[in-house]
Amino acid sequence: MSELMLARLQFGATTIFHFLFVPMSIGLVFMVALMQTIYVVKNDETYKNMAKFWGHLFLINFAVGVVTGIIQEFQFGMNWSEYSRFVGDVFGAPLAIEALLAFFMESTFIGLWIFGWDRLSKKVHLACIWLVSLGTMLSALWILAANSFMQEPVGFAIKNGRAEMNDFFALLTNPQLFVEFPHVVFGALATGAFFIGGVSAYKLLKKQEIDFFAKSFRIAMIVGLLSGLGVAFSGHAQAKHLMESQPMKMAASEALWKDSGDPAAWTIVAGIDTDKQENRFEISVPYLLSYLAYEKFEGNVPGMLTLQKQYEKTYGPGNYIPPVKTTFWSFRVMAGAGILMILVSALGLLLQYRSKLMGTKWFLRTMVALISFPFIANSAGWIMTEIGRQPWTVFGLMTTAASVSPNVSYGSLLFSFIAFTLIYLVLAILLVYLFVREIKKGTEHHHTETGTTFDPFGKEAVQSWN
Amino acid sequence: MMELNELWFGLVAVLFIGFFFLEGFDFGVGMAGKLLARNDLERRMLINTIGPFWDANEVWLLTGGGAIFAAFPHWYATMFSGYYIPFVFVLLALIGRGVAFEFRGKVDSTRWTHSWDWVIFIGSTLPPFLFGVLFSSLLKGMPIDESMTLRAGFSDYVNVYTVTGGIAVTLLCLLHGLLFTTLRTVGSLQERARHMAQRVVFFVLIGLVAFTILSYFQTDLFTYRGWATTPMIVAIVLSYSFSGLYIAKQRDGWAFGMSGLGIALTIATIFTGLFPRVMVSSLDSAFNLTVYNASSGAYSLKVMTFVALGLLPFVLGYQIWSYYVFRKRVDGKDMVY
Ligand code: HDD
Ligand code: HEM
Ligand code: HEM
Repeated sequence: MSELMLARLQFGATTIFHFLFVPMSIGLVFMVALMQTIYVVKNDETYKNMAKFWGHLFLINFAVGVVTGIIQEFQFGMNWSEYSRFVGDVFGAPLAIEALLAFFMESTFIGLWIFGWDRLSKKVHLACIWLVSLGTMLSALWILAANSFMQEPVGFAIKNGRAEMNDFFALLTNPQLFVEFPHVVFGALATGAFFIGGVSAYKLLKKQEIDFFAKSFRIAMIVGLLSGLGVAFSGHAQAKHLMESQPMKMAASEALWKDSGDPAAWTIVAGIDTDKQENRFEISVPYLLSYLAYEKFEGNVPGMLTLQKQYEKTYGPGNYIPPVKTTFWSFRVMAGAGILMILVSALGLLLQYRSKLMGTKWFLRTMVALISFPFIANSAGWIMTEIGRQPWTVFGLMTTAASVSPNVSYGSLLFSFIAFTLIYLVLAILLVYLFVREIKKGTEHHHTETGTTFDPFGKEAVQSWN
Repeated sequence: MMELNELWFGLVAVLFIGFFFLEGFDFGVGMAGKLLARNDLERRMLINTIGPFWDANEVWLLTGGGAIFAAFPHWYATMFSGYYIPFVFVLLALIGRGVAFEFRGKVDSTRWTHSWDWVIFIGSTLPPFLFGVLFSSLLKGMPIDESMTLRAGFSDYVNVYTVTGGIAVTLLCLLHGLLFTTLRTVGSLQERARHMAQRVVFFVLIGLVAFTILSYFQTDLFTYRGWATTPMIVAIVLSYSFSGLYIAKQRDGWAFGMSGLGIALTIATIFTGLFPRVMVSSLDSAFNLTVYNASSGAYSLKVMTFVALGLLPFVLGYQIWSYYVFRKRVDGKDMVY
């Protein structure tokens, strides 16, 4: 393996790992805030316990999300120093703003929320958890503004051999950001919802704390259905936008070697042969790709071989076809998971409405298994987005091969890859272990827990000193 | 008029001062878990003193890194790729430490908690040490070539000077954490923290003097900006001496304040000693990275200045509020962690 490949592998592994926790944090904290709002409005203790129980799980996850994020912040300089030099002017700004605006907000108010149950008024305490939620969304917004620049560079000019920012506003109004941000946020909400839904289903199967978990389940399925629909609609918007911004990625995600012809059919599965640059077989649905790409039942979608010739003309000789199989299959995994999630959450709501939920064991079991789906879809989504963009790191401007740090040795990369991967494995095992423990314990032990500290001037202090 | 490049150098310095002032006591409290606490309850008390704060404190580092990326991309690129392995260790330490706070109290088993105590200790000792190594080698200069690429060998990172710097910074943090403990706890833990701080102050002074003497021979700190360096070093030594006096008088607030001042002045001295360079090349001074040749374009700096100056007051405001909300001491009853 070359140094470049190793740098990619290491970077990919750490970002994917970070993004296992990110959507869960964004989704869970939003739902915890929702539950706590119901508590404050209705003054019903069940919802307070709900916020505490799910909040507990959220915190365990958040801790891992935070520490894996620290790596991300410095990794660009460590692995991709040439990239950092070239685009730091544009790319560094959203990253710095993310830290200043979002990370400070998240981390300060999460502290206030954890330790503030008895120290702050109910409303102020509720505001704290909403500010954490806002912080996670802002964090997503700014990092995706940075990522969108890589997909669709805007607001810059090449000066002194570097991309220099000349329009900050353009970065924020990047059309790519407008489709990417909602998609990621809906995906994150779905992740939280299916986690809560799955865990509740598990407890319902065990017939433990039925009232509590049935209520949690309902909230989860409502959020799950809405965000499932949101993910599908915004995903469609992304696909449509992709036709203009990165047609090569679109063609690769459809394994479309030659032009599709008009109207374009959508391929469900294909046997892809990347050497011969053709598909051995395809099963496809007529018209659907035209719809996905143009929102009408006509229109030709250009294939990779056509685009390759165009790109060669624009960017010079080279291979501009990304890894087709990876792009193709990751798209199918993601979209398939999305559609399944919509169907299942709708069914869940229906069953609960008809009071048949408890009796439908197979459904509850399915829900438990489905916890994993959003995680798979999220990873597949990023793999498609990032690998489908290859050979570029910044589309049309800089290739991945030119981005890598020239002074970081193979040994260093291998060491960091192994060290980070090992620590991730340990973290993952511990996390699952702690989750299972907390879930098995249920909500009982949360009732008494408080976060009071000692007031040196309070009554009890004076008593204990005397 | 001051140029924006220079202003941003100042802002980065402020972010690192904030980081060492705040996370400095976190690190120290983390070390105290092994050095000071005698039982599980005391260890938990220590963790709870920093419980609501440590994550936000760490964000000062992330923001510092982000600010370097945005304002000085070449500095970011050269430093983080050039110090690859040290940063891997910093990151591993910060990862371990961060999850340890959250995970430690989740399982009732001595093996579990003991393991996490070690993670907290190592995770709190290693980063300040490595940052000390980093900053002293920045002052000393590193082999940076004409393409701004840093290719260094082991002895460039680890030598008498940088190790002394590392130990000095670690001691500063330990003292700061002990003094923070005197402010946030009660009873025997508080008394022992004070007692230990009194001894650590001496080591801090010795460490600083040793570092200063080595700096005189190893760096251009006293020639390049001698007029600023000398008075600042005197001020640092005075801060720590006063801190020692206040500890003896049990004026904990003042002792902590003086230690904070000492940290702030130490980082400020390093940054003024560098200015306008951000990374010194040991090969040829023509290859130095400076605030001028390593920076972003004028437009980018202008935008970032508006953003940063607009946001910073809010950030400071709610952080101060959070310290105000949790001003009461931790006594060992009903703790979260
Ligand atoms: C769509 C959202 C999203 C994406 C794509 C990323 N992150 Fe992230 N990140 C978050 C959303 C997030 C989050 C939701 O704000 C955190 C806070 C806790 C968590 O689990 O994720 C987080 C934590 C987090 C932290 C720790 C913050 C703290 O200490 O409080 C850092 C430094 C980063 N991230 C940096 C990055 C970088 C440099 C990324 C690019 C590769 C990245 N993240 C991708
Ligand atoms: C918002 C920020 C980003 C996110 C969430 C993100 C996410 C991802 C993910 C999930 C992958 C797939 C990993 C794999 O190959 O298995 C990936 C790959 C990659 N990303 Fe990004 N990325 C981000 C920014 C960047 C940046 C700034 C670079 C700069 C160089 C970059 C370069 C790459 C490269 C080179 C790969 C490897 C592709 C391959 O192996 O074919 N990404 N990224
Ligand atoms: C329901 C059908 C779905 C469709 C049609 C769809 C469509 C898309 C498309 C076209 C992209 C690539 C965009 C680009 O490269 O610019 C993408 C990326 C992504 N998808 Fe989906 N998606 C669907 C479901 C899901 C689900 C269920 C999740 C997670 C729960 C998810 C998470 C992601 C993520 C994290 C990315 C990468 C970030 C981005 O580029 O937005 N998607 N999706």
